[in-house]
Amino acid sequence: MSLELVCPAGTPSALRAAVDAGAHSVYCGFRDETNARNFPGLNFSPAELKEGVRYAHQRGAKVLVAVNTFAKAGAMEPWKKAVANVEAAGADAIIVADIAVLDHAARHHPDLRLHLSVQAAAATPEAIAFYADTFGVRRVVLPRVLSVEEIKKLNSAVASTGVETEVFVFGGLCPMAEGRCALSSYATGKSPNLVGVCSPPDFVEYCDEGADGTATRLGGFTIDRFAPGAPAGYPTLCKGSFVAGGKTSHLFEDPVSLNAASLLPRLREAGVTALKIEGRQRGKGYIAEVVRTFRKAVDALEAGRPQVEAEAMLAGLVEGGRQTSGAYQKTWR
Amino acid sequence: MARIGLTLGPCLFNWSAERLLAFYRGIAENSVYDRVHVGEVVCGKRMPFSDPVWPEVIETLQSAGKEVVISTLAMPSTVRERKALAELVSGDVMAEINDITALASLEGRPFTVGPLINVYNEASAAFFAGRGAKSICLPVELPLSSVAVIAKACEGLEAEVFAFGRLPLALSSRCYHARLHGLHKDSCQFICDRDPDGLAVDTVDGQKFLAINGIQTLSDGVQLFLPTAGEASAHGIKRLRISPHTLDMVTVGATYRRLLDGEMSPTEAKESLLALGLPGAPVNGYLSGGVGASQLELA
Repeated sequence: MSLELVCPAGTPSALRAAVDAGAHSVYCGFRDETNARNFPGLNFSPAELKEGVRYAHQRGAKVLVAVNTFAKAGAMEPWKKAVANVEAAGADAIIVADIAVLDHAARHHPDLRLHLSVQAAAATPEAIAFYADTFGVRRVVLPRVLSVEEIKKLNSAVASTGVETEVFVFGGLCPMAEGRCALSSYATGKSPNLVGVCSPPDFVEYCDEGADGTATRLGGFTIDRFAPGAPAGYPTLCKGSFVAGGKTSHLFEDPVSLNAASLLPRLREAGVTALKIEGRQRGKGYIAEVVRTFRKAVDALEAGRPQVEAEAMLAGLVEGGRQTSGAYQKTWR
Repeated sequence: MARIGLTLGPCLFNWSAERLLAFYRGIAENSVYDRVHVGEVVCGKRMPFSDPVWPEVIETLQSAGKEVVISTLAMPSTVRERKALAELVSGDVMAEINDITALASLEGRPFTVGPLINVYNEASAAFFAGRGAKSICLPVELPLSSVAVIAKACEGLEAEVFAFGRLPLALSSRCYHARLHGLHKDSCQFICDRDPDGLAVDTVDGQKFLAINGIQTLSDGVQLFLPTAGEASAHGIKRLRISPHTLDMVTVGATYRRLLDGEMSPTEAKESLLALGLPGAPVNGYLSGGVGASQLELA
């Protein structure tokens, strides 16, 4: 079976762009706190989702819907409603992280196909088997902490459960285990798990400090400093420049993005089912270009043709122009 | 009103075997903690060094009348780590799970849930209770209002709140101590042992911000939750977790006990703790649903 290319759709027009560019599947979420990409100007209403599903299905593409934050104590209604809306829209699967939401979906929407969100950070055969046995999870989006060799071993170990694995191949890169990071809320009070945002724009300041250049701050904490006139990058907390042990460095991660295009043959050999592109915050032009390039690479791989130079083709699109294959290479650690 | 328990959480840092032995001997002999967690949570590579001390530590603590819980790895990955985890949770001493991986080996035994497991609501708390969880130390981000909802919905489950210490904020498969020193994780030389309270990470403008501890990122600030017994009970809290640092943890425990027993006011308790020399400034913003790094006036 061909590798499935799973592409981001932050808006209905991005969904159409991704489908038209050759996405096998698109993923999206609702315009509320049930979705780990709860940024202003993004996401879908239930009616828009229904229309998006219709558009995708007519063209042979699937729609996966992320309801992947952790439900608020005493106020689970929005999450229950979101699960019901995913089923009502006729989407192909729901992507969930919270045990409470998984339990609810498995009990009350048994026909809904469950995918485990990367926010659940399931990285061992035991954890994956637990989610498969307990809730009937059919696919796990693997956290970006595993090397290709580890993914291969993991896939052999879970083969008997029939669970598929999906891995990130392009876009933003979390150096932290997803769903297990409270850095954003420590600085701003808002986090991915609680409200679906990381380093949220409401808390960002770009401060022109003359000869000292531009400081970028998040919740009042300086995340980086740029020379006068130099372009100042967005202050994503874990990509900042910090001082530890007398050294100033990008301690957690450099301002790079993930590009595992050159690893596609090895990921296929490792038994991966689906390749995920990050970027629901991206515009439709970007989405179309990235999806088209990756689709060419996947098609070439399936046809046994020489690997398309996707890495070079996509180089102009990424943050600061720098790319990494992240944890897929063991030396990243 | 039931007495609020005091839990000494697991040591998150890379302390030598000698230091661990001496530390827990002191805790056994002199401290008021009624429950003490032992075991390695952060890095499996440290286990070959600390593993040999635990049997003696456990015996010493149990002989002193402490309830002992073995905390387990937050990110088990290698075959060796997963095997060790399975053995720990199926032993005689109750285990604390810090990753879903551990659930597979529990087979109905009672256990506790650590703050690195995502229990954000009453339905997930009830799920763990149904599998035998005895107490849950809730995630550090969770406001007290949510703690109260969970505690009320899951009576019989002890709700525990992280009350003292640098806050465990994030985990990675990358080791930041190794990265800072130009090493790879696989040949890290165990240099995280140089920073027994974690290594401070400041902003380039000199603001105190975070701390690293191998693959873990903590707050620079030290959580100080100083409720009276009445305030804790009003939120359904049954236990406070005190996280070990190099300062005098016997006195930290005694201070919390006096606070909870009404022998000391929150203001007096805070002054007494500050006098011990905390590794960072006091913080408590998460408790009211705010910025974790902020410090709000005590009620």
